[in-house]
Amino acid sequence: MSVDTATVKKIASLARIAITEEDATRLAPELGNILGWIEQLGEVDTQGVEPMTAVIPNQLRLRDDVVNDGGIRDLLMQNAPQAEHGFFTVPKVIE
Amino acid sequence: MTDLTTFGIAAIRDGVRDGQFKAREVAEAFNAKVAGADALNAFLVKTPEHALAAADAADAARAAGETLKPLAGVPIGMKDLFATKGVATTAASKILEGFVPPYESTVSQNLWNAGAGMLGKLNLDQFAMGSSNETSAFGNVVSPWRRPNDTAPLAPGGSSGGSSTAVSAGLAPGATGTDTGGSIRQPAAFTGISGIKPTYGRCSRWGTIAFASSLDQAGPMARDVRDCAIMLEAMAGFDAKDATSLKLDVPNWEAALSTDLKGKKVGVPKEYRVDGMPAEIEALWQQGIDWLRDAGAEIVEVSLPHTKYALPAYYIIAPAEASSNLARYDGVRYGLRDLPEGAGLQDMYAATRAAGFGDEVKRRILIGTYVLSAGFYDAYYTQAQKVRTLIARDFERAFGECDVLLTPTAPSAAFALGEKQADPLAMYLNDVFTVPASLAGLPAMSVPGGLDKDGLPLGLQIIGKPLDEQGVLNAGLAIEQRAGFTARPQAWW
Repeated sequence: MSVDTATVKKIASLARIAITEEDATRLAPELGNILGWIEQLGEVDTQGVEPMTAVIPNQLRLRDDVVNDGGIRDLLMQNAPQAEHGFFTVPKVIE
Repeated sequence: MTDLTTFGIAAIRDGVRDGQFKAREVAEAFNAKVAGADALNAFLVKTPEHALAAADAADAARAAGETLKPLAGVPIGMKDLFATKGVATTAASKILEGFVPPYESTVSQNLWNAGAGMLGKLNLDQFAMGSSNETSAFGNVVSPWRRPNDTAPLAPGGSSGGSSTAVSAGLAPGATGTDTGGSIRQPAAFTGISGIKPTYGRCSRWGTIAFASSLDQAGPMARDVRDCAIMLEAMAGFDAKDATSLKLDVPNWEAALSTDLKGKKVGVPKEYRVDGMPAEIEALWQQGIDWLRDAGAEIVEVSLPHTKYALPAYYIIAPAEASSNLARYDGVRYGLRDLPEGAGLQDMYAATRAAGFGDEVKRRILIGTYVLSAGFYDAYYTQAQKVRTLIARDFERAFGECDVLLTPTAPSAAFALGEKQADPLAMYLNDVFTVPASLAGLPAMSVPGGLDKDGLPLGLQIIGKPLDEQGVLNAGLAIEQRAGFTARPQAWW
């Protein structure tokens, strides 16, 4: 499995991680190695096998439709890198 | 006077209850040990006042003639993956530097409710991704163990390396760990202590910083099997805040401990005899088999045919879930923000994540993003989840023929820091024996079995049926009694 730098850059962009040209060059063979090793899974005959969804059988529960939390805005915002007037602030977005 | 830090959890609990010593003396003794062990870098935050407050509450309860809580007077270390209210929690990542949770994780709250106190927050591999504690953004944890006449720093295992070091160096009688692919068991094996990952769903994941949600399970790490049982009883239990929490009563594991394995069958999976397994590991495994036979168990060979595919399946599933879970670190609501001059929102996300995540975390996010991306999803992720079904089925069949499985915990003793860091794949292979049970959600434990030629600890792993922590603990205790493992690292720090 070979991964080229263009692929690395594309994945990094999907993952929202800024990388330099140098990073991409370093990461390409590294990711290629790992993905190549992972590819041995293709050998396994999984015809008719259901993909795992829960390791231990468990029933999904429903809770009562009531408000049981809230009113803690300031507490939730105390770790914000930047907040104003009770809002998280971000750079201007122009699409 | 006896050094109170030589006592484990049961001895401290009993001693405080019986008035042999005050809980405050215990907390002070461990706080002093922690303060003098900075060279090990096991603690990211020290909270001596938390340990003292819990101790004082225990002493006051005893003075008032109240029945003491199950962990009254016991100070513990808390892996820094558990959110602790008002105490910095970083998962050993720069991206969470300065984050102070306004809430408490369920597992840690359960421990405080049981009367335990906190000595501090323990270092770990960043976001629990690693097998040597070398991916922490705040420096390596150094194992208290050393090879003879050699000062080379050794790996304490990972990701719960701060926990394994704290317990084996006598800085804490017990510590919390989390296990996604072996992060409790492998560090326990490397440092000569015990640790159990319970059945998936026994311990709530609420407030535990997520790595791979379908695999993450909390568990205790302590000096012996009994201490693990005591601590797990306090940590486990149903929690409505975690959708995968099992609505089951917590058994009284400690009370039911027994080393009589008559009528029990112990399975030895032949596929775990991997090529190139060191002779010492093989010999220890045989020794473990003999010990369990001596305890009355019948030994049977079993087959887990898909074992060799467990590791590659894990390295699809875990990074896939991580890439999704770690999408929340965006520099908006908490943690680091990197806003280059004139940058827009997307640039801010990318710059923040580039600056905040360490190399291994980035590597896994990228792998996860790749295997989930359009056109590759079925070939990688769906195939891995199918293989996972086959692995779980292998175990189910094997447990038709036996009650527990016995294997080595890790393919080697502790390696030196730096030795495997250059090759991610070599590092991943550390988890070869621990990952299969994680994929199947099974309870599994490591107990110390002996020392290798360099005097370093080696561990044996017991894997049990779903919800049969008792069977795992009992087999572990049978090994512990026969192994007579008392080796401790000589203090050099």
